[in-house]
Amino acid sequence: MSNTTVLSARKRNERVAAYIFTIPAVVLLIAFLVVPVIYTVYYSVFQYQVMRPKDITFIGLNNYARLFGDADFYQALKNTIYFTVIVVPTQCVLALALALLVSKRFRGVSVFRTMYFSPQLTSMVVISVLWTVLYNSNPNTGLINSMLAGIGMKPINFLSNPKTAMNAIIFMSAWQGAGYQMMIFLAGLQGIPGEQYEAGSIDGANRVQQFLYITLPNLRGTIKYVIMITMIQAMKLFTQPYVMTQGGPQNATKTVVYYIYTQGFQKGNFGYACSVAAVFFVIVVAMSLIMQKLTADD
Amino acid sequence: MKSKKASAFLTKFLFYFGNIVIGIIFVSPLVWMISASFKPESRIFANMNSLSTFFPVEPSLNNYFEVFRRIDMANVFKNTLLYIGLILILDLLINSICGYALAKFRFRGRGAILSLVVALMVMPMEAILLPLYIEMSQLGWVNTLQALVVPFIAKCFSIYMFQNFFHDIPNDLLEAASIDGCSPVGTFFKVVMPISKTVYATVFILDFVAHWNDFMWPFLVMTGADKRTIQLAVQSFFSTSPVHYSAIMAALVVSALPMIVMFIFMQKYYVEGIASSGIKG
Repeated sequence: MSNTTVLSARKRNERVAAYIFTIPAVVLLIAFLVVPVIYTVYYSVFQYQVMRPKDITFIGLNNYARLFGDADFYQALKNTIYFTVIVVPTQCVLALALALLVSKRFRGVSVFRTMYFSPQLTSMVVISVLWTVLYNSNPNTGLINSMLAGIGMKPINFLSNPKTAMNAIIFMSAWQGAGYQMMIFLAGLQGIPGEQYEAGSIDGANRVQQFLYITLPNLRGTIKYVIMITMIQAMKLFTQPYVMTQGGPQNATKTVVYYIYTQGFQKGNFGYACSVAAVFFVIVVAMSLIMQKLTADD
Repeated sequence: MKSKKASAFLTKFLFYFGNIVIGIIFVSPLVWMISASFKPESRIFANMNSLSTFFPVEPSLNNYFEVFRRIDMANVFKNTLLYIGLILILDLLINSICGYALAKFRFRGRGAILSLVVALMVMPMEAILLPLYIEMSQLGWVNTLQALVVPFIAKCFSIYMFQNFFHDIPNDLLEAASIDGCSPVGTFFKVVMPISKTVYATVFILDFVAHWNDFMWPFLVMTGADKRTIQLAVQSFFSTSPVHYSAIMAALVVSALPMIVMFIFMQKYYVEGIASSGIKG
């Protein structure tokens, strides 16, 4: 009898503790994540100018209708998808290659790991400022063009030519980000049991075969995760074009998040910008779901 | 036998060769940045086509003096460390107790909270910055410390990391504490917290790095020049005249220093944090 009351008292204590422990986080999550999501959808059906906050009119789905006919939005979407489609495989393959290069224990391995990881120790703003200087089109002042000149190539207007600007940002982003994914791959590689490789080499498998039939299948989960986070990261591209090109030249590096920023904060069209944000949110979630479906274990 | 030895040597040689070449390509932009930060403006773009561009010629600290003269660095560092410090203290407290409750307590609403946390994890912050900004202005928080801190205390990813870690703590230990008369809340603070330093260190370093890199949000809500955070100061240095590349490089190095120091002291937790996110995720 007394035993059960002790137990139920403990259960009650636990329930009270559970609410004390979860309420602060839940309240904050609702106030600053859930409420803004609801706001986004809410404001997206209004004509709402920042400069005239009193003058707010319900316009139904007009913002969305406008959005689907907006060439600038399509351009931004196209740029974002182009960036994502190129940078995700580039960066993931690079990260995996780096991880393979430093996965074994050998003298100096931690030095090489730190070298590959080092771009992560500076912020994206720093990297963007630095590479704007490195990408300078004048071979006398731009490091990369001076190297190209050294091997007899013509200078490239990396950031001022609409054909090369996005690729230049992609190259830089892959360089900056690969070290992070390399660390995730390293942990994955270290989780592969050594016996599998021993068995493989007894069966006469060469390096390439070992990689294809032992390493890759074991890394499946890690690869999926890395692709997913790189993709979500890539969809949010903003800092690099903001610092390096201001979306130019000729809108070649204007992305969806950049477009939300210009519409909402520079032009003050909050309602319209919210409809862009809502569509963007749906696209990101849809892409993650599609990725999950495509890579799901059968 | 001999040829096997030779091929092993060749493999090793190629391995080192590959690592050294790629390693040099990887760090050369950063090496260039650091060496440029010590050069006079006139020498930065001289000798661009020779290797000497990677070495500081006529080194001096003048660029650093210029940075500290033009930017009130003490104020910028104060602003940045203050808001990140506040976020981190509250982040570690609030998300860890929430993660613990989700891992160890049975209560109504647990499932709902778990789904909320997982669902919000994929949400791109950038998509809600506008309405979040409206919310800030309705609260009258634009250009205040609260706007930088309060919305970013609760983090789904931190809750998730804590939940994962606390899940593995043996229930026997908690039972023992409870038999000794510890309340569930007391058990957490007296028994669980002291043995969980690793997860706290990991979340701390991951979130410190993430916030040190904050750019878009401070850029939107902190418009006063005296309220600038580190990334805003760096960016403004690049976009306002006089544009002295030597001083810009020094500013970049200064802004990266705290991260490098953090990395040196907390490398283990940082790397483990990144790695474990992949294993569990």
